Amino acid sequence: MSDHMQLYEVFIRSRRGLDHKHVGSLHADDPEQALEYARDVYTRRSEGVSIWVVASKDITASQESDCESFYDPLDDKPYRHASMYEMPEGVDSL
Amino acid sequence: MTERTDISRYAVRLGDDALILGHRVSEWTSRAPFLEEDLAVTNVALDYVGRARMFYQYAAELEGGDTTEDTFAYTRDARAFTNLLLCELPRGDFAHSVVRQFFYDAYALPMLQALKGSYDDRLAAIAAKAEKESTYHLRRGREWMLRLGDGTEESHARMQAAVDELWGYTHELFEVDELEQRLIDSGIAVDPRLFQHDWHDNVAGVLREATLSLPEADWSIRGGRTGHHTEYLGYLLAELQFMQRAYPGLKW
Repeated sequence: MSDHMQLYEVFIRSRRGLDHKHVGSLHADDPEQALEYARDVYTRRSEGVSIWVVASKDITASQESDCESFYDPLDDKPYRHASMYEMPEGVDSL
Repeated sequence: MTERTDISRYAVRLGDDALILGHRVSEWTSRAPFLEEDLAVTNVALDYVGRARMFYQYAAELEGGDTTEDTFAYTRDARAFTNLLLCELPRGDFAHSVVRQFFYDAYALPMLQALKGSYDDRLAAIAAKAEKESTYHLRRGREWMLRLGDGTEESHARMQAAVDELWGYTHELFEVDELEQRLIDSGIAVDPRLFQHDWHDNVAGVLREATLSLPEADWSIRGGRTGHHTEYLGYLLAELQFMQRAYPGLKW
């Protein structure tokens, strides 16, 4: 593999109406090639109707060390959850 | 000679192109430069072998009797194969395979688009399915042409060498013999001369964009359609047909 190949993250929408889901990553020279390889590597069994590829370096990700400041403050705010509501009759999920 | 026999022979030609080229492409499986390309190139090989099966199955139905798709693939010797010479040449280095594939796919796509309009419904249906595959193959091929042609000094030199070496084999793509002329006249076969100029313009344009030069080759070679093959086809068939030759009638 050549040195200048980049890592791309692949997102596939399996059906119309659904969201794109992260399915994995691959190496490619440019976004166009990444898209084609995503087709060849991740949709061999008709898994999708739409593909996104994003250079992994362009993704800004939260870190493990962020957990405390990001998520812990939410632990004592139960009113933000819908769990207090009673489900209307006939509705299976909200 | 009946038209039925003509159509069968025509279908076998198209099947031979697909099988032999597909086999050559499949030789890259597990040997491609990196994992992603390995999967991609194997997909292309599978497309071609699948296409060969469709043409052979149709030819077998026209022949009738005990003939099956396997009869065509596994029990004929080199002289009975009628694929274009371009398809049987060794895969060479990666540049060589890219250029051969691009030359062929640039021919296959307009050929299939025209074949969709064939008066023969079955050929038209096969063409409709194969056209979608070839659209993708050509897109892939074009990008590899640009990437390697306009790449490093090394990749450029290898691509130019491949273009120069393969150019003389492309004339055969556009030649029509009596069999094909009869089928063209009855609206069944495709006349490749109709898109020869488009092919040339398309290829010349991509070569230019890829900083490669169009060869001024003063030689051309032909013979595949009449069974006069290069020395390479026999070795390819030896590998392709080994199991059926050693164990006739063997099934999975």
